Formats: sequence, C-alpha cells, structure tokens
Amino acid sequence: MIQAEGLHKSFGAKKAVEGVSFVARDGEITGLLGPNGAGKTTTLRMLYTLMRADSGRVLVDGIDAQTHPVEVRRLLGVLPDARGLYRRLTARENIRYFAALQGLTAEQTRARIDLLIKTLAMEDIADRRTEGFSQGERLKTAIARALVHDPSNVVLDEPTNGLDVMATRSLREFLRQLKSEGRCVLFSTHIMQEVAALCDRIVIIAQGRVVAEGSAAEIQEQAHEQSLEEAFMKIIGAAAIGGLA
Amino acid sequence: MRASLIVFIKECRESMRDRRVMLNALLLGPILGPVLFVVILRLTISHQLDRAEKPLPVVVIGAELAPNLIESLKQQGLEVLPPVPDVESAVRSQSIDLALRITKNYGADWQAGRPAMVELIYDSSAREVSSEAERLRGMLESYSRRNGAMRLLVRGLAPTLIAPVVVATRDQATPQGRGALLFAMLPYFLVLSALVGGMWLAIDSTAGERERQSLEPLLINPVRRDAILVGKMLATSAFSLTSLALSLVAFMIAGWFLPANKLGMTFNLSPTVIVTILPVMVPLVLLLVNLQILVTSQAKSAREAQTYLGLLQLVPIIPSVILSVLPIKAQNWMYTVPLMSQQLAVTKLLRGESLPVQPVALGFLITLVASLIAFWFCKRNYDSERLAIYG
Repeated sequence: MIQAEGLHKSFGAKKAVEGVSFVARDGEITGLLGPNGAGKTTTLRMLYTLMRADSGRVLVDGIDAQTHPVEVRRLLGVLPDARGLYRRLTARENIRYFAALQGLTAEQTRARIDLLIKTLAMEDIADRRTEGFSQGERLKTAIARALVHDPSNVVLDEPTNGLDVMATRSLREFLRQLKSEGRCVLFSTHIMQEVAALCDRIVIIAQGRVVAEGSAAEIQEQAHEQSLEEAFMKIIGAAAIGGLA
Repeated sequence: MRASLIVFIKECRESMRDRRVMLNALLLGPILGPVLFVVILRLTISHQLDRAEKPLPVVVIGAELAPNLIESLKQQGLEVLPPVPDVESAVRSQSIDLALRITKNYGADWQAGRPAMVELIYDSSAREVSSEAERLRGMLESYSRRNGAMRLLVRGLAPTLIAPVVVATRDQATPQGRGALLFAMLPYFLVLSALVGGMWLAIDSTAGERERQSLEPLLINPVRRDAILVGKMLATSAFSLTSLALSLVAFMIAGWFLPANKLGMTFNLSPTVIVTILPVMVPLVLLLVNLQILVTSQAKSAREAQTYLGLLQLVPIIPSVILSVLPIKAQNWMYTVPLMSQQLAVTKLLRGESLPVQPVALGFLITLVASLIAFWFCKRNYDSERLAIYG
C-alpha cells in the first residue's frame, strides 16, 4: 500500500506539486491521471524516493520514505519515466544487474528471471544485446528489471508511452495479472482510455493538486457527466480556471 | 561494499565491450606518450649530433693570405665557401650566416711576430648562428694557442709560462642524470596516460548514463548512492591504472629505440623501477579519477563533460614545465604538493636515484587526503536530486 500525504515540491520559484494526497491499495490498480505538466512525474519521484518532498510524507507499507528510503525502495518495483538500458549488455544481463543490487541470491535471481522472461514473452530477446531493441522490447526488459525482486508495490510512470496497440494490450493484461496477485499497482498516464479500461481508483491531478478522486463512476457522478472524458475535461477545465484566478 | 563490487564488475564488463573505451584505455592512452616521446627525442638528439659533427660552412675572404691557418681550420671541420662582395650587408640580410676575413696585413704581422688579425662577421641575434660562431672562434683560438706555444719553445721558454691558471672541468652529471634532464617531460606523459585511460569511463558512467536515461532506474535500487559512486570510481581507477601500467611498459620498450647512448645517457626504466613507480602513482590516480568524476557529474551533458576533461588534461603539464624550465633543486616542500610530488619521485627513479622515504610518504598521504576531499565533492553531486534528471 502506498500513501501520499500532503506532498509539496517546488523547483526554485516554480511550484510543481502543491498538496497531493491519495492512497493506492493492495490488490487494486490506481491511476494517476492528468495533463502534461500536472506534476505526475514529480509526485511519483517523491514516492520512489528519487526526490525529497518539501513537506508532507510518503508511506509504503507503513514505512516512511523520508526516513527509510533504502527500505522503501526495496518494497517498490519502479518503472520510471527514464527507462534506459545498458546497450552493451544483453537483456538478461541488464535484469541480473538489478537483481544483484536488490540483494537476490543466485538461486532467486535465476528463478525470477526465468519466470519474468516467460511471463513477458521475451524468450527470443533475452540473450541479445539491448542495442537496437524496439520500444516494446525495451519496455519489457525495463519492466522485468523493475520487478525482479518480486515487489508488493508497483509504480509505473506513463508505461504505455510509445507502444503500439498490441504492446499496449499485453501491458494492460500484465498489469491486471499483477493486481490479481494482490499487488498494489500505481501508474500515471495522460490518456483517458487507459484509466477507464484498467483502474479501480482514479486520482486526477491538475496543476500540482488532486482535483478529483474515486472510481470512474464516482468521478462521473461528481462532475455530473455521462462519460469519463467529459468529466475529466470539466474537472481539468475548472482547475485551470481556478489556477488562473 | 557489496553494492560497490556489483557496480564495479558491471562497469568493467560493459566497458570491455566498448571499443571506444578499450581503444582509449589500452591503446591510445599508453601508446600516445611513448610515441610522441620517441619522435621528439629522436629529432632533438639527431639534431644535436648533426650540429656537433657536421662541417661548418664559412665564407672566407682572403683565404690565400693565410694558407696554413685555413688548412688547420679545414682539418677541424671548416668548409670554405667562396667570398662574396659586400660581406657585412650579406650577413645583415641573413643571406649568409657567418664569414671570416683575413686582414690584408695578416701575412706581414705573422712574419713580424705581431698579433695578426682575423675578423669574424656574424649576426648574434640570428638563431643558431651564435653557436656556429663560437665553434669557429674555438678553432681559431686553438690554432693561436698552438702557434704561440711553438714560438715560446723556439725562444727556449716553457709554454706553461703563458698559462698561469689551468681550468679543468669535472662534470658531475651521471649519465642517468643527463638523460633525466631530457626525460623531464616523461612524468607528464605518464599522468596523461592515466587521464586518457579513465576519461571515457568517467564520462560514460555518470554523464553518459544520465544522458541514456539509465541513471534514474539505477538509483531506485535499494543501495546507497555513495556505494554506487564508489563502484564507478573504482572501475574508472582500474582502467586508469591499467593505462598507466601499460604506458610504463611502452616507455620501457620505447627506451630501447632511443639513440640515448650516443649522447652518453642511460634511461633507467627497468621492471623494478616500474613496480616502484606504480604504488607511488596510486593516490594520484585516485585523485585524478575523482576530479574526472566530479567534472562529469557537474556537466549537463556528455559532450560538455568531454570538453572540461580535455582542459583537465592540460593541468598536469604545469609542474612538468616548471621543473624542466627552472633548474631549481628539488626542495622537500615540493613533495607535499600532489602531482609535483609524484613527478619528482618518478624523475628521481628514472635518474637511478633512491627515493627520499619521508617526503615521498608525506606526498602519498597528502595526495590521498586530496582525493578523499575530491570524493566528498563527488558524493555531494551524487546525493543531489538533480543528478539523475536529464533535460
């Protein structure tokens, strides 16, 4: 379970995040929805301890990220916005590097890598150097290395970016599988269809604030709209006007 | 510690698959210095040999007035060039370097036992002419002395009468010492090879990783950032040291191809000396690697890092130039200055002298402390939030 409580973050004079709070529960998929520049990536970066919040706190399975960053990172599997691979290493070597840094034994590493390669259907690319991989192949490798330590919480920043329809479909399938395994799945996106198709809970962020939260139905009800897209437009629009005023 | 080792192994493995890194660390870094060195040294040595042995062409005016003198000068290497009309202006316009004029009264004065005059015409501001004029003056003086002694003997006097003081020169430079003067630049080439050997890995493992967007995922692993930094630092140091060691071996081999013995020099770079130089250089390598990482972790892009590191390569030339231009005696305080300390120690070893243990040990410690300070600044950069974020 991931809890964000009153997160604030500014870069110089620019306020990126101004009071974001939400909860992502185990066995659910939580979507962080918002337009570009709304503060999604910064929020996630505070969750996975790459950045320190100016104020507010993050709890992962009850552990404070500010005071115990290394323990929190152990509990998280993270696919960040930056997902560069080591081009001169094979996919398997890339994953093995992270497994070693996670402190897995050789036995655990072999078992986990074999399982992930099978689940993500990457048998044919596992022992190729990642130089020249397609977007989808790169994403699979990055996901495998993020989940190699079998984390109970999974955070993904815009995971479908740059994927074709087929790859997007299989990624959705994979996220559902993670959910069914009882994990807490949190991902960010600016694409409406993404959340509508997948999420149990939606957190809408605009201009660094949470402007709506709940299931798709609850959000439609809140905005008095029939479709999620209309609701989203209405909520974002209201936030923009509020922000300008 | 475990994490540092994992990072170290991965960085080494990845670099060994990178042709550019291998080329720099194992070929360019070690070979560049010795090759430049041999070429420059061969040129200077053969130049000096040429000048000492080759005939000295001089325009002679009135050669027929002093046949004995000219004959004696020819035996000493003089090459007589035919006279030209206006000698003075020819020398001023540098169309000829050096001229010798036998005065009209030479024969008569010689016969009468009066000082007979010859004129040396040259332009001392012109490059290299002065040394030729000195050589000709030396030839003339030895002819003069010889004939003076003969005249005294003829009159029944001992020639020693006109030499109340005798100067004997005893040059205390050992053959190695004379060699080391020419080899004053060698320590710089060694430092350069260490810098070149570590450069690509320093760039690649910080600025490069950030640019290829793999630094952020790496830092999300449950290990401390300074452990990752130590791993990268050790990997860079390993390449740097390897480059340095190979460079020493290359220098040893290059030494075989130097005509150093022609100048009466020996070049004392034996395997034993190499094994002594390496540990002396270790703290310096650590310092340089930490400075390289400091620069690359500060730079906004790999390209920018490359520019700064190129400039960093020029810094170690300063003590080399100071030591080779200023003939100052090695003072003990110089051993406390990182870089200068190691360059002095290497120079001493090349001269075949033993190292002054205390100053060298002090320099070792001070350089080690300096590299720890540089590491602390690297750590500060690594702990910064902005490190991983590109763009």
